[in-house]
Amino acid sequence: MNGYSGHSGLGSALELKGITKAYRRGKDRIPVLNDISLRVSAGEFVTLLGPSGSGKSTLFRLIGGVERPDSGRIFIEGKDTTGQRGLISYMPQQAALFPWLSVADNISSALMTAGTSKKEAKEQAAEWLERIRLGGVAKEYPHVLSGGMQQRVSFLRALLMRRDIMCLDEPFAALDALTRADMQRWLLELWEADRRSVLFVTHSIEEALLLSDRIYVLSPAPATVLSEIVVPFERPRRASVWTDPSFVELKLEVLRLLEQGK
Amino acid sequence: MGNKTLRSFLLPTLALIAFIGVWQAICEIFQIDTFTIPSPWDIAGTMYEDSALLAKHALATMNLALIGLGLGLVFGLVVAVILHLVLPLREALAPFLILSQNVPLIALGPLLMIWFGFGITPKLILLVLVCFFPITLSVLVGLGQAEPQLREYLGMIGASKWERLRRLEFPASLTYLFSGLKIAATYVVSSAIVAEWLGANMGIGYYLNFKWKGFDQPAVFASIVCVIALSLLFYYAVVLAERLVVRWKPRPQGDWKGAST
Ligand SMILES: Nc1ncnc2c1ncn2[C@@H]1O[C@H](COP(=O)(O)OP(=O)(O)O)[C@@H](O)[C@H]1O
Ligand SMILES: [Mg+2]
Repeated sequence: MNGYSGHSGLGSALELKGITKAYRRGKDRIPVLNDISLRVSAGEFVTLLGPSGSGKSTLFRLIGGVERPDSGRIFIEGKDTTGQRGLISYMPQQAALFPWLSVADNISSALMTAGTSKKEAKEQAAEWLERIRLGGVAKEYPHVLSGGMQQRVSFLRALLMRRDIMCLDEPFAALDALTRADMQRWLLELWEADRRSVLFVTHSIEEALLLSDRIYVLSPAPATVLSEIVVPFERPRRASVWTDPSFVELKLEVLRLLEQGK
Repeated sequence: MGNKTLRSFLLPTLALIAFIGVWQAICEIFQIDTFTIPSPWDIAGTMYEDSALLAKHALATMNLALIGLGLGLVFGLVVAVILHLVLPLREALAPFLILSQNVPLIALGPLLMIWFGFGITPKLILLVLVCFFPITLSVLVGLGQAEPQLREYLGMIGASKWERLRRLEFPASLTYLFSGLKIAATYVVSSAIVAEWLGANMGIGYYLNFKWKGFDQPAVFASIVCVIALSLLFYYAVVLAERLVVRWKPRPQGDWKGAST
């Protein structure tokens, strides 16, 4: 299509090729990403697992087109989209809901930014809030919601924005352990019913193993891909895989990888 | 809560009544003549006798101040948005913004009247000049204060600069806008008085000028009472408007009055 020699194959929602990025701090150049290549197939749930500060959010900013890589290319649906904005949907660590918009308007106005008509956006927001049993708070301002409920709204906002790839940046990291486990089950169920292409970031090994089809393990900054792990557990996946012996084995393997990467 | 509101209303009222009582007592005990300091009773008498006239002039002043505040608000907002969007312009014009507030009204007023005549135009220019500054300044701060996380989110989903302004920066600056508007609302009435004093045939400023030249002190004080009443009216209208517009926040419990407690 664009004549690029490394053109990705069909069925690839997102592909990164040789992404390198450094920040300048005073006179110093601080490398953050070092030759990162990875891909997310259509309908696949892929996780980036790496220690904090390894450059995962930076990678998201590049995919989102907010910043440009120093070298390397980004492909979305096979097209070179390096530096282009408005192609992904995004869920940040903090829910980032607009305090002056009701829960429903938070969702619909994001959809409108993505080009959905006002009428359709409102209908979708109302229908889905009902479906995830948050219909009762649709008209409330976000500050009355608990952290977990806010994250559900934030996830829904990303899910309904029909873009080719969903980028979720440590969405549950700020939640307490119980809410977090609850949210993981909830997300799993929702995602398995509507398989979207997801790039998910976490620094929790269990979370990565529970949710993903594949995991890229990253080294500390400057981040490189240490290893790619295919998660073998069948779908639909239940939280009971936690106790599966091979789950524990895999967890230890990833832990060893992360240790070696230091 | 209800108790607190009652107190915050009751205590100032009691203080006011006490103040007026002491004033009246001093005037009577020391036999101060009306020409030097009129007693509250004398002022009230004058206000009653002149009530039709005062109402007419107060209405004219209110009208002038309201239009001035409205135009000042629009002008202040436009200037703030332009300065926010165009950084070089902000840097270039910042000194002039402050300079605009250093020209005394009584120097500028007569000049404006030479240029624009004795109609409403020079008076409105004067009022806009007074009102736009606190609004521009506070909105400019507010536009830059929007939460970085929300800014980042909009960037990631590809919102344009304009969308960011409309969806994030402007709503985030509304509380700032209202604090600027409160300051403008407090100043606009007394500025309208100055404008009317300089040349008008209507308004409290005109009435004041007229009575002052006639050494009618109770009437001068009556004008002051009108100015205070109008200023309070404007201020609380803004407070009310803020409550109606900024509804997403839990109401702040203590404002500046309660800051030290
Ligand atoms: N705008 C920036 N300027 C300079 N350094 C940055 C900037 N953004 C991130 N960094 C640095 O890049 C490194 C990776 O940050 P980040 O991508 O946020 O990591 P992660 O999301 O994996 O925790 C950190 O050391 C951080 O200090
Ligand atoms: Mg991060």
